[in-house]
Amino acid sequence: MAVSSESTLLFAQDAPEGFFGDRADKCVREEGFCPEWIADNYQRYIDPFWEHVFLTVVPVTIGFILAFSLALLAHRHRWLIGPVAGVTGALYTIPSVAFFFLLQPITGLGKTTAIVALTCYTLLIIFRNVITGLAAVPDDAKDAGRGMGLTERQMLWKVELPLALPEILAGLRIATTTTVGLAALAFLANGGGLGAELDAQRFFKSNVVVAGGLCILLAAVLDVIILGFQRLVTPWQRAAT
Amino acid sequence: MNVLAFLGDFGDAVSFIFKERESVSGGVQIGGLGELGGLAGTHLLVSLVAMAIAIAVSVPLGLMLGHRGKGEFLAISVSNVGRAVPAVVLLFFFIAFIGNGFRNVAFVLILLAIPPILTNSYVGARQVDNEVVDAARGMGMTGVQIVRRVRLPLAMPTIFAGIRTSAVSVIATATIGPFANLRTLGEPILSENIYRFSGQLGAAMVVALITLAADAGIGLAQRAVTPKGIKLAEEPRTKGPRLSLPTRRREAAT
Repeated sequence: MAVSSESTLLFAQDAPEGFFGDRADKCVREEGFCPEWIADNYQRYIDPFWEHVFLTVVPVTIGFILAFSLALLAHRHRWLIGPVAGVTGALYTIPSVAFFFLLQPITGLGKTTAIVALTCYTLLIIFRNVITGLAAVPDDAKDAGRGMGLTERQMLWKVELPLALPEILAGLRIATTTTVGLAALAFLANGGGLGAELDAQRFFKSNVVVAGGLCILLAAVLDVIILGFQRLVTPWQRAAT
Repeated sequence: MNVLAFLGDFGDAVSFIFKERESVSGGVQIGGLGELGGLAGTHLLVSLVAMAIAIAVSVPLGLMLGHRGKGEFLAISVSNVGRAVPAVVLLFFFIAFIGNGFRNVAFVLILLAIPPILTNSYVGARQVDNEVVDAARGMGMTGVQIVRRVRLPLAMPTIFAGIRTSAVSVIATATIGPFANLRTLGEPILSENIYRFSGQLGAAMVVALITLAADAGIGLAQRAVTPKGIKLAEEPRTKGPRLSLPTRRREAAT
């Protein structure tokens, strides 16, 4: 943290006369919003940005595998829905700041803690959407499948899951944008990411705009990617979001 | 061995919650119910103020939009935008551009609380059956009366679901209030050099418990305000063919 603020100062001093300009120099000293500073310093955000991507993609992937398996299990054994929704719901309710610290006695400081906590937050969203998606499959479609002689397994993979796909992917989108936001707090568990940059110079407007803006941009881009994927794999469902 | 250390951490944290102690750097008394009570007071006050204002703004607005059938784009997309702008980022924007303090934290929390309540009020008002509204109009009710006496009661469960979502995220976000110089329960969590790990863990436990309690409490309130008619319609099918009551309930956007 101290290093980054030092490097800013160093840069301001090292800049050749006239290159940096008095106004830009003053802007940095006053912790203002300075496009020149951003243009010169954007590189320091590249690593935290990719860390943030890592902190989003890994938990969402693990969370999806877990929640999807749980949902398939609960789809067959209906009594499981209540308990699983209850446990994942309680995990979802615990504030992320608290969660990062509650986990530390068990997983220590670092990325593991961040990833475990962030994974827990994705479970409820994905589980709920897979279950509601499967429940909303029209009986007619299932009857048709049964009439064609599909086995249980074929029915699940060839009729129910494809028809539930929009709802499932909607859950994946919500989980992804939520995780981008929560990962901004992963620095509390020494997990890095853009949140660490935000925190390092939290009164420097340029820094907050770049780091915060990248968070929002990442959420939007990932959202659009999943939406595009959804359009691609559900050509019959163009109207649905 | 590992298990013992693990229990030790939590034991120390619990003792931090209940017993005052001297900070490691010396001189200052930290922890104990007195200090945590004060922090929890600020925490709940800022959360309550934000929730009250957010409810006062979004419920009437959402119901009116839902009643008129206008502004679907606004009512729905406000939630999606809200999700894309993380609370932390919003708070940091406020700190850098507007400043610190109770009012700014409250404002961030209000902005955070509005989308789920607004969207759910809108969806709740919309999903009221048109026949019910027609019947009310036939009885001579004015638009405002229909909103207040027909749409509002029938939308109550959905509105409360939104309030529940908002309340949980507001209480969770109030934890990072100390970034903006507001001493909430996040204070011990974010000031490690004074409170050490036991303080961080203790405060984290208190925050988690408060949030779970608020979630459960609003869940109960949600049941209490659900009109009997809806509860009856939602009863799991008993013997015989079920009456086809209008139970079509869309999952709220959140």
